[in-house]
Amino acid sequence: MTLVFPRESLSVFPKHLTPDYRSTVKRTPSKPLIIVPQTLSELTGPVYGHDAVQEGDADLTKQHKGEPLGERIIVHGHVLDEDKRPVPDTLVEIWQANACGRYVHNVDQHPAPLDPNFTGAGRTVTDSKGYYRFITVKPGAYPWGNHHNAWRPNHIHFSVFGHSFLSRLVTQMYFPGDCLFPFDPIFNSVTDEKARQRMISKFDLENTIPDWALCFRFDIVLRGREATPQDTDKH
Amino acid sequence: MSEITPSQTVGPFFAYGLAPHSRCDWKPSDVYDWKETAGANLVTPDASGTKIRIEGQVLDGDGLPINDAMLEIWQADAQGRYAHPRDSGTRPNTKFMGFGRSATDKSGTYSFDTIKPGSVPGPNGKAQAPHIVFCIFSRGMLRQIHTRLYFSDEAANASDPILTLVPADRRGTLVAHKEMRGELPVYRFDIRVQGENETVFFDI
Ligand SMILES: [Fe+2]
Repeated sequence: MTLVFPRESLSVFPKHLTPDYRSTVKRTPSKPLIIVPQTLSELTGPVYGHDAVQEGDADLTKQHKGEPLGERIIVHGHVLDEDKRPVPDTLVEIWQANACGRYVHNVDQHPAPLDPNFTGAGRTVTDSKGYYRFITVKPGAYPWGNHHNAWRPNHIHFSVFGHSFLSRLVTQMYFPGDCLFPFDPIFNSVTDEKARQRMISKFDLENTIPDWALCFRFDIVLRGREATPQDTDKH
Repeated sequence: MSEITPSQTVGPFFAYGLAPHSRCDWKPSDVYDWKETAGANLVTPDASGTKIRIEGQVLDGDGLPINDAMLEIWQADAQGRYAHPRDSGTRPNTKFMGFGRSATDKSGTYSFDTIKPGSVPGPNGKAQAPHIVFCIFSRGMLRQIHTRLYFSDEAANASDPILTLVPADRRGTLVAHKEMRGELPVYRFDIRVQGENETVFFDI
């Protein structure tokens, strides 16, 4: 299987410069990016297998002595390529605020309590069907300094490798029906409505465990699709 | 329209999850209690080749340090082979992954300890000069930016198929300068995200 990574696939990504998100203003290259061919250096990428993950890394509620406070949830889904084929054995890393909207990170100044039973970091490797599953608590919304009364919608940060350095993705997973969506410049930096919806997990009643935890499904589609004979000619 | 999942910023709080140990100025007490997937030291006991250090600062459009960036690097081993199934070469350094992560510190500084990569194949069978692929993530970046590090002591830079696509007056931003620190070659590679002497970034 030879994958190709069309540049057009990135058309749904946010623009680098999105002035409503203030920090982009000084952190966006001002000169046009230089288009270069994809070489072996870009078509390859790190491969982290099951040995990178320890037992329990995917259950964020079991990393300390007691259970964290908050709503216990299951977050699961498939990592897929653009042809909707599974991306097996790929590393998925997450990090998030606790149920109060506070990160363990030492620069987080939000005056909300830390939870001694919650770090908020997790990792797993997809199985042969591209499937992953985390157990965690629902992260709280938190304020930030972008503009007056700015609050981030509830979200979990995701980092995924995929088949090559070109499929590398860092994104955020949101929760359905969040009242903060219309006001969040990071969420709205994705201007295509359908693409924005793909960052929102779906409530999954079927996999919700009775008397235990709500379930949310978040499928992740990475850049990369199968080469057609035409593509192969071009390369 | 493409159906991929859009990118979002890594934000300011990634370190405890993605780079819990790999920041230059972290005292042991600052280190987060979480095993690192990949850190800033790529050297494995079985890796052959020249040990090198890469150091630099990441700066914003005002020339101020970006103290919350994450850099990821990807490189071939000293024989020019990537630890990936797409590279058909058999690798003598079986443990060397070629992947590293470093978060910047208060002064915007990052560093990597690694092995100098060998030359790798380029488009149309032309060899590429030794280089390291860089990917930069940070608060204020809604998507990662890509660049490459080349080495100041490589004559092959002059004919590198990627470097020669860059306007001649900007190529210097991709060349890391070598100095010796005792026995250790240290390559200085600053990344200026915007403004004067802006680093060249690639659309790949
Ligand atoms: Fe966040």
